[in-house]
Amino acid sequence: MGNIKSVYNALKHLGAKPIIATTPSEVKTEKMIIPGVGAFGKGMNNLKPFIPKIREALTSNIPLLGICLGLQMFFEGSEESPATEGLRLMKGKVVKIRTKLRLPHIGWNSLETKNKACPLFRGVDRGYAYFAHSYHALPEENVVAATTSYGCEINASVWKKNVFGTQFHLEKSGALGLQILKNFLEL
Amino acid sequence: MLCHRIIPCLDCDLAFPEGRVVKGIEFKQTKYAGIPWQLAEKYYEDEADEIIFLDITASHEKRETMARVIEKTSEKVFVPLTVGGGIYNIKDAIRVFNAGADKISINTAAVENPVIVSTLARYFGSQACVVAIDAKRRYITDPEEAQNKIIVKTPEGLCWFECSIYGGRKFTGLDAVRWALEVEERGAGEILLTSMDKDGTKEGYDIPLTKAINERVSIPVIASGGCGTPQHIYELFQKTQSSAALAASIFHYGTYTIRGVKELLEKRGLSVRLG
Repeated sequence: MGNIKSVYNALKHLGAKPIIATTPSEVKTEKMIIPGVGAFGKGMNNLKPFIPKIREALTSNIPLLGICLGLQMFFEGSEESPATEGLRLMKGKVVKIRTKLRLPHIGWNSLETKNKACPLFRGVDRGYAYFAHSYHALPEENVVAATTSYGCEINASVWKKNVFGTQFHLEKSGALGLQILKNFLEL
Repeated sequence: MLCHRIIPCLDCDLAFPEGRVVKGIEFKQTKYAGIPWQLAEKYYEDEADEIIFLDITASHEKRETMARVIEKTSEKVFVPLTVGGGIYNIKDAIRVFNAGADKISINTAAVENPVIVSTLARYFGSQACVVAIDAKRRYITDPEEAQNKIIVKTPEGLCWFECSIYGGRKFTGLDAVRWALEVEERGAGEILLTSMDKDGTKEGYDIPLTKAINERVSIPVIASGGCGTPQHIYELFQKTQSSAALAASIFHYGTYTIRGVKELLEKRGLSVRLG
């Protein structure tokens, strides 16, 4: 919810033909995006009916992109909703950002690509992306593709095989965000 | 490093089919500035970090008009869009989010029913919930006159700040600084702080007000009211910990560009986003 419309608009702008799936039966796709703003527990609850479809997509190598909360749900769990289990596509947990600066971390922050091989960041070496969050993922495997700094290091993007995640809102990050989304569409 | 945000604000009069951007002067008279979606597109091209739409009529009948304005804007503008005015409950909020808004801003609804702040923050996440505070200086000669109020020193004398609702038409007796702390506690993700004394004057932001709130809350504060020159924005960021500067008329009438303001800030060593 929330940013679904924004993601939809960005995809349309890039010439894609997005479908907003409200039920699992509507999921027929070449690529899948899990947007999401709000709390972890509620997000997982909304996602529940779609989980079999997501697992099916992954086994057939369909690229999956998680945005903000979408990325966080790839992990095992979150401090935000300790009772809820995540998708466990990546090892590690989502934790509250430990910084002395203001939270939520809201605004444009500079990206630093950590994995130059990540296809999401093709043609995007540096630039600013829009963040709006208080939690971030702490992976326990080598999946970090980009970081940003906010009184501490924040993991801004993760990548493992055909699963991609951006903690920032690429649909709201101007031309740079559109370029990253285009890279995902061209996978 | 996080950038200092520059946010143009579109005060929308929705009595017209596409809406009209107007600029108020000290919350009273208004002057025409353009069509909302057209100005929004112009500001997106000009490197706006975000755009705020305020329905100054805040009327229930015009909610669909605002939704159409946001729908049209969000097709081509890929920076965060915040909508304020006329949002009283989850249903109103869903309408603007579905239209393509990324954040909602509430003022009157929050003051009249503070629980709504907690409800909206839980439902949509703090990062999507902005609480707007319209504050007016109340000068005092003796601190005894303003018990339980947070008293702030300004060059013009001692004062406390009173919250106003209904677009400046009703005063509440509520201390704006204390109110800021309460909305933070309730889960607001940002505060949009407007000085009623400075709004429309082009004399610069209300630094003592902005400072008083920034020093006490730990959520981001967007300062508003009084911007007349890029120097005022520089001064705001230098003297307060504000995360963002809101301005309207200096951009609406082509006096300055957003890019021009950012170039000046960058030259003076502040972090800004320049494409």
